[in-house]
Amino acid sequence: MALIDLANPTRFLALTARALPWLGAATAIAFAIGLYLVWAVAPDDYQQGATVKIMFIHVPNAWLAMGVWSVMSIASIGTLVWRHPLADVAAKSAAPLGAAFTFLALLTGSLWGRPMWGTYWVWDARLTSVLVLFLMYLGVIALWRTVDDPARAGRAAAILTLVGAINLPIIKFSVDWWNTLHQPASVLRVGGPAIHPSILTPLLIMAFAFGLLSVTLHLAAMRNEILRRRVRAMWLMQAHAAQGA
Amino acid sequence: MTPSTTLLVRDMRLATRIGGSAAIGVLFFLIVVTLVPLAVGPDLAQLRRIGPAILWLGALLASLLALDRLLAADHEDGSLDLILMGGTPLELSLLAKAAAHWITTGVPLVIATPLLGLFLNLEPLAMGAVTMTLLVGTPALTCIGLIGAALSVALRRGGLLLPVLVLPLTIPVLIFGVAASNAAVAGPMSFSPPFMILCALTLGSLVLGPFAAAAALRHGLE
Repeated sequence: MALIDLANPTRFLALTARALPWLGAATAIAFAIGLYLVWAVAPDDYQQGATVKIMFIHVPNAWLAMGVWSVMSIASIGTLVWRHPLADVAAKSAAPLGAAFTFLALLTGSLWGRPMWGTYWVWDARLTSVLVLFLMYLGVIALWRTVDDPARAGRAAAILTLVGAINLPIIKFSVDWWNTLHQPASVLRVGGPAIHPSILTPLLIMAFAFGLLSVTLHLAAMRNEILRRRVRAMWLMQAHAAQGA
Repeated sequence: MTPSTTLLVRDMRLATRIGGSAAIGVLFFLIVVTLVPLAVGPDLAQLRRIGPAILWLGALLASLLALDRLLAADHEDGSLDLILMGGTPLELSLLAKAAAHWITTGVPLVIATPLLGLFLNLEPLAMGAVTMTLLVGTPALTCIGLIGAALSVALRRGGLLLPVLVLPLTIPVLIFGVAASNAAVAGPMSFSPPFMILCALTLGSLVLGPFAAAAALRHGLE
């Protein structure tokens, strides 16, 4: 089945209506296994104690924070190059999702940092670039919310997303450079000890669960967006008819 | 004159005559620099240490000021439609408009920098370094701002949205601009690596800016 077969929103709705329960169930099972491994199998860190469990939430969220922007970029190319009717629906519903994952990554990192580093926030290069990523998600959402015509908003947001995709690595690089300039010997020891399999396996399963969650929520949000646009079109038609009468 | 030169000269005339905004940016820059000692205290040694950063922040904010009129004024009176339909490639026209904008708002900021450096007790070397980095860095700010201006041209709340979209993208320029200025004075590294990267950022945004802005205009105004 080609991507273009999904261009018909009705077919997309029918397909996702069948797929979503399975995806939701798979997500729930993956989380059940992952959380069991995290709480029952994975050992506490000898230095960090139980706080290391935050990492099983934090790391997948940080990965998804970046992953969702890639999804948005691909969807933006779909909007600008092929005018795929569902591409801007995909981009629009991904933005709040990405912002939420980025926020959770920042929040969990901050909660972990308080007992570990003794502070909720430091201007470390990684933290700073994730914060900038969060700001850019909010900028894209703001642009979506400012333009009232969805098709035009979609093209504007697509250009902003692609400009962001070019700029994010540059920002990441400059922030890294900025931080090493100010703090040559970082107290944070980002590398840390190599990850032991007893930690790595639950982490990967949790990442898989969060990935499934992201796909499920994204498809559900796309359905909502399609329905929202239909409602909007019906309102416009109704208002038009009322004006004509 | 070629169409792009005509456009450049026209935009510069519009900016310098009544209703234009060429001088307001410098005034804003002056006010920001005046406010900083009031906020952080009049300690001259401290001001000298954070001076380059203040000047860069002030210039960054001042260069944002006139951006929302960069394309919106032309959109309102219809000349933007003529530029869109004209034979000159839109990217080139936008580059000419960006150049005019930089000459009327960026260059005055650069010229004002040594004077404002006096207020902040900067040494001549630091003053020169900040002026040099601003001279090289402000075109990048204009070109990145051009993208924001194109995205928000037809919006009612465009002026509010523009800084939110543009400022995160200017972070690399700010980092390397301030780093090069500080490196010239305090070390430990030399002035030229961050300065070269700043030049590279400017050259890159000279390309990215007009193309992204042209794409935004073509897609947004059809």
